[in-house]
Amino acid sequence: MWWKIFGLVSCIKLLLMEAYKSTDFEVHRNWLAMTHSLPLNQWYVNDTSIWTLDYPPFFAWFEYFWSLAARLVDPEMLLVSNLNYDSRATVFFQRSTVIISDIVLALGAKKLSHYLCAHPLRKSSNQNHKWFSPSTVFLCLSLCNAGLLMVDHVHFQYNGILTGLLFLSIGEILEGNHELGAFYFSVLLNMKHIYLYVAPVYGVYLLRNHCWIEGKNGAFDVKKSLSKVGRLGTIFLLTTLVSFGPFIVHGQLFVVLRRLFPFKRGLCHSYWAPNFWVLYNIADKVLVILGRRLGWPLKEIRGSMTAGLVQEYPHTVLPSVTPGITLLLTVASMMPCLWKLWSHPGNPLHFVRSLIICAGCSFLFGWHVHEKAILIVILPLCFMAVLWRAEAECFLVVSLSGLYSLFPLLYPPEMLFVKAVLYLVFISYSFNSLQNLFRSRHPNSSFQFPLLNSFETIYAFGFSFLFVFEIVQLHKLSRLVSAYPFLYLMATSFYCSLGIIYGISRYYWNFLKTAPWKRKQKVF
Amino acid sequence: MVPIVLLGLLLRVGVGLYGYSGLGKPPMFGDYEAQRHWMEITYHLPPIEWYFNTTDNDLMYWGLDYPPLTAYHSWLCGAAAQGVNPDWISLGASRGHESPGHKAFMRGTVLLADMVTYFLPAIVIMLTDNRIFGAPCPAPMTVTGYALITYPGLILIDHGHFQYNCVSLGLVLAACCALFYRRDVLAAVLFSLALNYKQMALYYALPIFMYLLNRCWCERERNGLPGVLLKFTKLAFAVSSTFLILWLPFITNDGSNVLQVLRRLFPLSRGIFEDKVANFWCVLNVFYKIRPHFSNEQTALISGIATLLAVLPSCCHLLVTADRRTLLYSLFNTSLAFFMFSFQVHEKTILFAALPALLLFEVEPFHSLWFLTVSSFSMLPLFIKDGLVIPFVALTVFFALSMSVIAETKNVDILERKRFHSSLTVAFKLSMNLIVFLTGASLLLEPPAKYPDLFPLVISAVSAGHFGYFLLYFYWSQFKSCRTKEKIS
Repeated sequence: MWWKIFGLVSCIKLLLMEAYKSTDFEVHRNWLAMTHSLPLNQWYVNDTSIWTLDYPPFFAWFEYFWSLAARLVDPEMLLVSNLNYDSRATVFFQRSTVIISDIVLALGAKKLSHYLCAHPLRKSSNQNHKWFSPSTVFLCLSLCNAGLLMVDHVHFQYNGILTGLLFLSIGEILEGNHELGAFYFSVLLNMKHIYLYVAPVYGVYLLRNHCWIEGKNGAFDVKKSLSKVGRLGTIFLLTTLVSFGPFIVHGQLFVVLRRLFPFKRGLCHSYWAPNFWVLYNIADKVLVILGRRLGWPLKEIRGSMTAGLVQEYPHTVLPSVTPGITLLLTVASMMPCLWKLWSHPGNPLHFVRSLIICAGCSFLFGWHVHEKAILIVILPLCFMAVLWRAEAECFLVVSLSGLYSLFPLLYPPEMLFVKAVLYLVFISYSFNSLQNLFRSRHPNSSFQFPLLNSFETIYAFGFSFLFVFEIVQLHKLSRLVSAYPFLYLMATSFYCSLGIIYGISRYYWNFLKTAPWKRKQKVF
Repeated sequence: MVPIVLLGLLLRVGVGLYGYSGLGKPPMFGDYEAQRHWMEITYHLPPIEWYFNTTDNDLMYWGLDYPPLTAYHSWLCGAAAQGVNPDWISLGASRGHESPGHKAFMRGTVLLADMVTYFLPAIVIMLTDNRIFGAPCPAPMTVTGYALITYPGLILIDHGHFQYNCVSLGLVLAACCALFYRRDVLAAVLFSLALNYKQMALYYALPIFMYLLNRCWCERERNGLPGVLLKFTKLAFAVSSTFLILWLPFITNDGSNVLQVLRRLFPLSRGIFEDKVANFWCVLNVFYKIRPHFSNEQTALISGIATLLAVLPSCCHLLVTADRRTLLYSLFNTSLAFFMFSFQVHEKTILFAALPALLLFEVEPFHSLWFLTVSSFSMLPLFIKDGLVIPFVALTVFFALSMSVIAETKNVDILERKRFHSSLTVAFKLSMNLIVFLTGASLLLEPPAKYPDLFPLVISAVSAGHFGYFLLYFYWSQFKSCRTKEKIS
């Protein structure tokens, strides 16, 4: 089944080749060129292009691997000085690399879907159905995810292979192969360090469930436990050493790290990712306007935070936020979840749930979060969504708002209908398949979507108004909208942030209040 | 159902991102410019001048050569264009206009026309119970609807190459729906509209006429001979009044105007085929050059007789045994016979044979899928010219793969191995490999300098061979299908 779904969605990806591509396309072309034509010690130093290499070394090797094939297609793209080069062959080649490397995603999804088949966690009457079984629905939701299509195959990135590694790692941990799972995760961390956000979950889960050994009399066995910690640590350190080693030899460890963690960027990305800080910024704006009316003594505002640049913005009324505060908030918000994970060992599904929640917390409170990071929440959530109804409901709300929040990425007018249709196909499939899976009773009123309550349904309809707003904005149909070009972006991140915050909090709450010993579930 | 419709939209919007025919190729451009030019002409000139060569209307530059309904549709689009940006259709000055905004507008008009005329009847088909085709247990024809919506040939020609085939095919589809539900007068009106959009709908005229004739005769059982006459009069009145209304602006005292329109619609001077077409004459032309031996009038006569001979048995059979399934077989056989043998055929006309093949999908899954794949492939030279190779590959693989997956979930063997001899399965696989090979070869290999048209010609010949087989097979099953039914009853 999995390769058929993969083949079908690959055709759609192929079809999207001609679509708009963002500057990330040039970023990756530049990395192909740099890894191919520069010596190793120049990879993290060269700054011919402004798009310097800022992913960990394994990703650089990944680019190097593709550059070997690129030589046969069009050697021109491998010249570092050939900025913004995009011949037809180059576009075709680079788009193909994304489609082909998605095989890893397919393998990861296959691993998880096999787990669903082999361990029927929830007795479903569809268990053996070809199209409507939980495992197939999961395959469709993850492989054909509209977010991945928009970000990877239109905007241009390689989230597919990264998510595939994450899925492989989750799959191994679910099956109890903790060390192999830890290895996959170390590789993943060395490809893109954004996954550091979910590393605490791996730490807590593996320490408690893999390393914590109790002796025969129930006492904690220090010796055995420490040896397990040692093995895991070795796996992680060896992987990292292979990745960073060559650069350490060249004495460039800190050069690389500085490239990986640039703290000069502002609290919010140019377009605000729909998280907690959007509400904070808007509260500040509202207070400023209110303050002007009431005649409070206010500082002069220098730069507008909606100016569309990656820059720091000083809040006027509310205290300004520093990276330290965001880190503190992120860690604090993860704490209850990690505590629950520690105190309820033996349930690998709690591991997946914590992963989703920690990714969600870092999305909500992190420093300089990109809107694309919501995919780290949505994709593992696809797995849980096919298992329990309450999680499916959260998945739908988070998908509705999280995927819509990707719309501003694909801003050119010709992408308007492409992204809308992609979104609608995926959302309508999600509703159809999940409704079918949970046999949810038909909603009482016709104005209610399946698996959503009336309040959430109204929220879902709100996106159509947001879309009309975008059309008005694009075609300059209204003078008011043209005067404030960033009004639409602000409205989008505000509206999407409501859904995302609500969805993640609800998921968090569900997780904290589950009492697994009362549930009739058998995991193994 | 909603996801299927949205998926169809996604495929169309995706193909729309690519180029269209004649993109950046002055001075004549292509079908895209033709459609734009017609909007310009119809909007700015009175109907009486549309089909005439005047100072403002140069018939040598994409003169209107489709029936009045196309012209009215162009006028409507022209009016919309005038509202959005008058520069797009300003008389004379706008020739060869190309801009991203205009492309979005043109793509939008096709999408809208597709939604209104093609998707609606396809949705009706999706909800139709397949018992009306003699299936034993009730089930909606979702698969047929899905095939109709995702068939690659039509999407690529309309939303890539740029034409409005969806309108005439959609109207024919709607007429078929009306026939399935026994709304004969409505069907007659809808079919007349289709005829007035593209004259190629004439391919279907004989079977539909025969079927309606039989339906009239069926009235005899209920109301006797007066009932038959009444029904016939009703149908005749519906057709003639539809035609009269549509042709009203062109009717003058001496009738010269109507004649001029007809001359534009049926150009005898353009030869028996254009470019490379996967039909009988084009293949024959390789071995025996037709043009030096016969004048255009003679070839027209010969091809007319050949077509009639190929069509009549199927139509006469339909007249005798008019059930819905035979209607579909007959529609397929006549339209494919027209494609193979008639005069002045374009490669795109294969879409008219594809429509009944799509409707036959649940009856003949194996041959239908095979034919549909080959039919898309037969237009490959056109797609290469328009830069539509990537969407062609994507959509064709998507269609074939998804159809086989759907058949598998319904526990249908798409290769129908129980029904057919195993050599046919082998032939199918060979044919698919040949298609893949020829696609690859025509993209990657340089043709020898002596034969620059080698690959288009080979593609046409291979497709024509396939079509010949399909014509024989479907002819055979048209006659066989009713015999098996007689046995059952």
